[in-house]
Amino acid sequence: MTTSHSPRLIVIGNGMVGHYFLEQLVERGAHERFAITVFGEERHRAYDRVHLSEYFSGRDAEGLALGEADFCARHGIELRLGEHVSTIDRSARTVTTERGDLPYDQLVLATGSYPFVPQIPTVDDGTGHAGLVYRTLDDLDRIRDAAAGVADNTHRRGVVIGGGLLGLEAANALTSLGLEAHVVEFAPRLMPVQLDDEGGRALKRQIEALGVHVHVDHATTEITPGETHRYRMHFKDHEPLETDLIVFSAGIRPQDRLARECGLTLGERGGVMINDACVTSDPSIYAIGECALWSGRVFGLVAPGYTMARTAADQLVGLEGEPFAGADMSTKLKLLGVDVGSIGDAHGHTEGAISYRFIDEATHGYRRLVVSADGKTALGAVLVGDNSYYDTLLQYVQNGIALPDDPASLILPHSNGAPTLGADALPDTAMICSCHNVSKGAVCQAVEAGCSDMATLKADTKASTGCGGCTALLKQVFEHELESRGISVDKSLCEHFAYTRQELYSLVRVEELTSFEALHARHGTGQLGCDICKPAVASILASCWNAPIMDASLVPLQDTNDTFMANMQKNGTYSVVPRIPGGEITPDKLIAMGAVAKKYDLYTKITGGQRIDLFGAELQDLPEIWRELIDAGFETGHAYGKSTRTVKSCVGNTWCRYGVQDSVAMALTIENRYKGLRSPHKLKFAVSGCTRECAEAQSKDVGVIATEHGWNLYVCGNGGMRPRHAELFATDLDDATLLKLIDRLLMFYIRTADRLQRTSVWRESLEGGLDYLKDVIIHDSLGLGDTLEAQMQHVVDQYECEWVNALKDPEKLKRFRTFVNDSRRDPDIIAVSERDQPRPARPDEIKALAVEISS
Amino acid sequence: MSTSCAAPHTTDAVYLCHRRDLVAGSGVVAWYNGHQIALFHLPARPGEADVTDPHENATDRGEALYALDNHDPFSGANVIGRGIIGHVNGEAVVASPIYKQHFRLRDGVCLEDPEKRLTTWPVCLRGDDVLLE
Ligand code: SRM
Ligand SMILES: Cc1cc2nc3c(=O)[nH]c(=O)nc-3n(C[C@H](O)[C@H](O)[C@H](O)COP(=O)(O)OP(=O)(O)OC[C@H]3O[C@@H](n4cnc5c(N)ncnc54)[C@H](O)[C@@H]3O)c2cc1C
Ligand code: SF4
Ligand code: FES
Repeated sequence: MTTSHSPRLIVIGNGMVGHYFLEQLVERGAHERFAITVFGEERHRAYDRVHLSEYFSGRDAEGLALGEADFCARHGIELRLGEHVSTIDRSARTVTTERGDLPYDQLVLATGSYPFVPQIPTVDDGTGHAGLVYRTLDDLDRIRDAAAGVADNTHRRGVVIGGGLLGLEAANALTSLGLEAHVVEFAPRLMPVQLDDEGGRALKRQIEALGVHVHVDHATTEITPGETHRYRMHFKDHEPLETDLIVFSAGIRPQDRLARECGLTLGERGGVMINDACVTSDPSIYAIGECALWSGRVFGLVAPGYTMARTAADQLVGLEGEPFAGADMSTKLKLLGVDVGSIGDAHGHTEGAISYRFIDEATHGYRRLVVSADGKTALGAVLVGDNSYYDTLLQYVQNGIALPDDPASLILPHSNGAPTLGADALPDTAMICSCHNVSKGAVCQAVEAGCSDMATLKADTKASTGCGGCTALLKQVFEHELESRGISVDKSLCEHFAYTRQELYSLVRVEELTSFEALHARHGTGQLGCDICKPAVASILASCWNAPIMDASLVPLQDTNDTFMANMQKNGTYSVVPRIPGGEITPDKLIAMGAVAKKYDLYTKITGGQRIDLFGAELQDLPEIWRELIDAGFETGHAYGKSTRTVKSCVGNTWCRYGVQDSVAMALTIENRYKGLRSPHKLKFAVSGCTRECAEAQSKDVGVIATEHGWNLYVCGNGGMRPRHAELFATDLDDATLLKLIDRLLMFYIRTADRLQRTSVWRESLEGGLDYLKDVIIHDSLGLGDTLEAQMQHVVDQYECEWVNALKDPEKLKRFRTFVNDSRRDPDIIAVSERDQPRPARPDEIKALAVEISS
Repeated sequence: MSTSCAAPHTTDAVYLCHRRDLVAGSGVVAWYNGHQIALFHLPARPGEADVTDPHENATDRGEALYALDNHDPFSGANVIGRGIIGHVNGEAVVASPIYKQHFRLRDGVCLEDPEKRLTTWPVCLRGDDVLLE
């Protein structure tokens, strides 16, 4: 417990390092010795800046936040957000904010950096859209607003000034906002800090191939009002370029204003000078993270900041601790889907260093390995286009592992069995996760202590929860350790099948099995199956062969919803949802639906999926209801199955003044193609007629948005419990290519997803992520394209409305009897009227009714 | 539960329905005197005439028949007969279609909450007649 006499510790800055520092304090019990106050000028509590860009692809502020929301409160730490510290008075030992002064005994600066914006004469139109930056959540909101405000009669364009790491990330963000992105770089190559000339060139070609325009060697001289876009940028020795917004990403500067004004020692080019203990020139003030300058260097990455935080926390509680000794600035990134890696001395600055280079002009790949003069140790490396070499090279550099006789083999294409460094070749001290200081030894210890899955490992060691760069290596080491102890991870579907869903799918396909019994007899254990494996197998059989689901052998496998082709409600009645493709419906059909609803006294509601749901149908009425609906031209909507649900559409260019394509026609094409397709989980689609996106396509498993030249395809979005924005997959597709890609994507999902896994979760679990998916689906890297299309075509050709099929067969209709030996209805289904429609009576209402009758 | 009737001429056996009314591997519901009786029919699987489940009466056909209350105590709806049948830890069970609790076919006990137990009835097949004993 702290008291009013406890020494006061103030932390300025609640960013990534500031937050990590608090966790380190708590871990060392310092929160019980100090009265701690933290100031953060942003309105959000600490969040994951490294993954800031995900704010544009589905994560919100809460999803990005670090640690539990009540972390500070729980540990008695006072967190004051939205409060800027304006001065430090070192002689009085106080800090000042707009709310007054607060005394400290120990002070920690964790103020991070601010984006550098070069002085360029710029037209002032009061919007600030020509001077945006990319650092905070609020910055991203401003960029989003600026992009949204652009008039739509022209195509929208955004420029990023600065072709470094962050600049390219910002360009990617602009693309995801639907803008044509341009990168303007002053230097003659991209990523001048990390890459050499050749690497920069390879990266430029790859990025241009993705549709981002790159202008190197461009010095911006002036920004004036534009003609076709908001602004016109002028360059020295080059043609001007027009754009609707400009994001500056020309480097960061340590946020050292407070330190400067209170007279702490700074570096020549800024940064608060610290020693190995992270103490500044004032012994009661520490500086950690990006604002700190150590040995003449600032560190613009999280890992070194975290190390400083541990050092400072040790100091404060009087522990010996590790002195800060600099940090490795190696980085591995995916920029716009292109792998880029830079390790150690990438430029070969070390005296006598020799380089090996591999240049692939066909796919614009580039790799460089820098080794010592004697050829014995690796000093650094540059990778463009393929980071699969990164982990191995990093280990060679970091751990001084002796190079093979032919060092060049480390960067040559893998095919010829080049020596890769297996997990067992790494020493125990090898750093696996540099963000959280987790060595191979620590992973082994966790396994020794019984940890047997990645999620627990991450929770226990924190490995891979920082920048995420180490995930692949961590998994490799972890699995190797498990295997070497003879532990295998149980992935069985249930007690009846020691297989995953994916394996069962392959068995069904390869052995051409068409029944549960056949699969169970050959590959199952125990009897009967259960409510896990039966519906899963039924779904696999349907995805493969699409036989009518009322067929006798399939009936016992289905959930009640599939069995009766309607959704069971809480009182045992069903809802009836006819397909209304694209949400388009004729007045006659509306009237027919109304007539059915009226006749069977069904509660009627417009659904969130642009169709109409009729609730409260009794089992024995389902066939008659459907006969009437089918006569009126309806077919089943598969609201019950794990299958294609709806394709939402907007009205499109037929009516809407902004529409650029016929979104309704495309929605109908898609819905009619994939209706009846059964899959690991339900599938939702939408088609919007222009970028205003009225159909909300970016929240769907498959989203299609019209462009002037065709269709943009978005994939793997989700509403529901954990919303996820769909990701842009391909642009300006013609109709045929669009359908081809969707065919392949859906069949690949069906082939590889887990049971009850929506496309969003599946996509997140795919190793290699979106790029891997693009490789497989667009570039056909597995050579599966034709097969997947053929499999989809088979399902499409097999389609028949399940209700039409059932109504033809008296045997199947016998299922719809409430009682097999009596024609009465279920007497316990009781409805009352509310807002002029029926609804199930509540238990208290039923009780009251019973009393009325008996009295 | 039972299959062919132990005493072929039990006098007070009640006729419920015909074998044709049953659905192999699944359930149907019969009405008897104010009770809703869910009937589950597990036909023999090829080569499994000697049923290994000690709780099932082995017969020449190797099939089994169970009768349980159709009323689901968790949702209050009459839906048990529309549940999916399976085996969990060696016991034949039905899963309620509403909130998915499992009930043992042989005695109606709920696996998730043994306090809750469905009424069961002795049923059997005599020829093609489904009888309540
Ligand atoms: C009827 C409807 C609500 C309404 O009155 O509007 C509805 C009703 C049900 N939804 Fe839904 N959902 C309905 C639109 C949605 C939407 C909106 C949409 O599709 O645009 C969503 C969010 C979008 C999404 O799925 O990404 C939605 C997300 C869910 C989820 C969460 C899925 C997830 O991935 O997180 C479930 C639970 C599940 O599937 O496991 C669910 C499950 C259900 C079930 C099936 C629950 C159940 O088992 O009883 C409801 C029964 C439907 C019935 O009885 O007919 N419903 N549900 C909507 C039917 C649309 C249709 O025409 O088919
Ligand atoms: C888009 C993006 C991508 C990145 N990707 C990577 C990556 O892949 N790998 C990697 O290692 N690093 C990456 N980084 C860098 C990483 O985010 C930083 O290294 C890290 O955030 C530094 O943490 P910090 O706490 O020092 O600074 P910050 O996180 O910037 O936190 C400083 C906080 O202090 C607040 N503050 C400043 N002055 C005051 C004051 N006077 N009063 C109150 N509060 C104040 C600021 O508002 C800010 O919230 C990325 C950064 C960005 C922007
Ligand atoms: S999305 Fe559709 S309705 Fe919305 S503006 Fe575009 S064309 Fe019009
Ligand atoms: S190295 Fe950053 S999370 Fe492991």
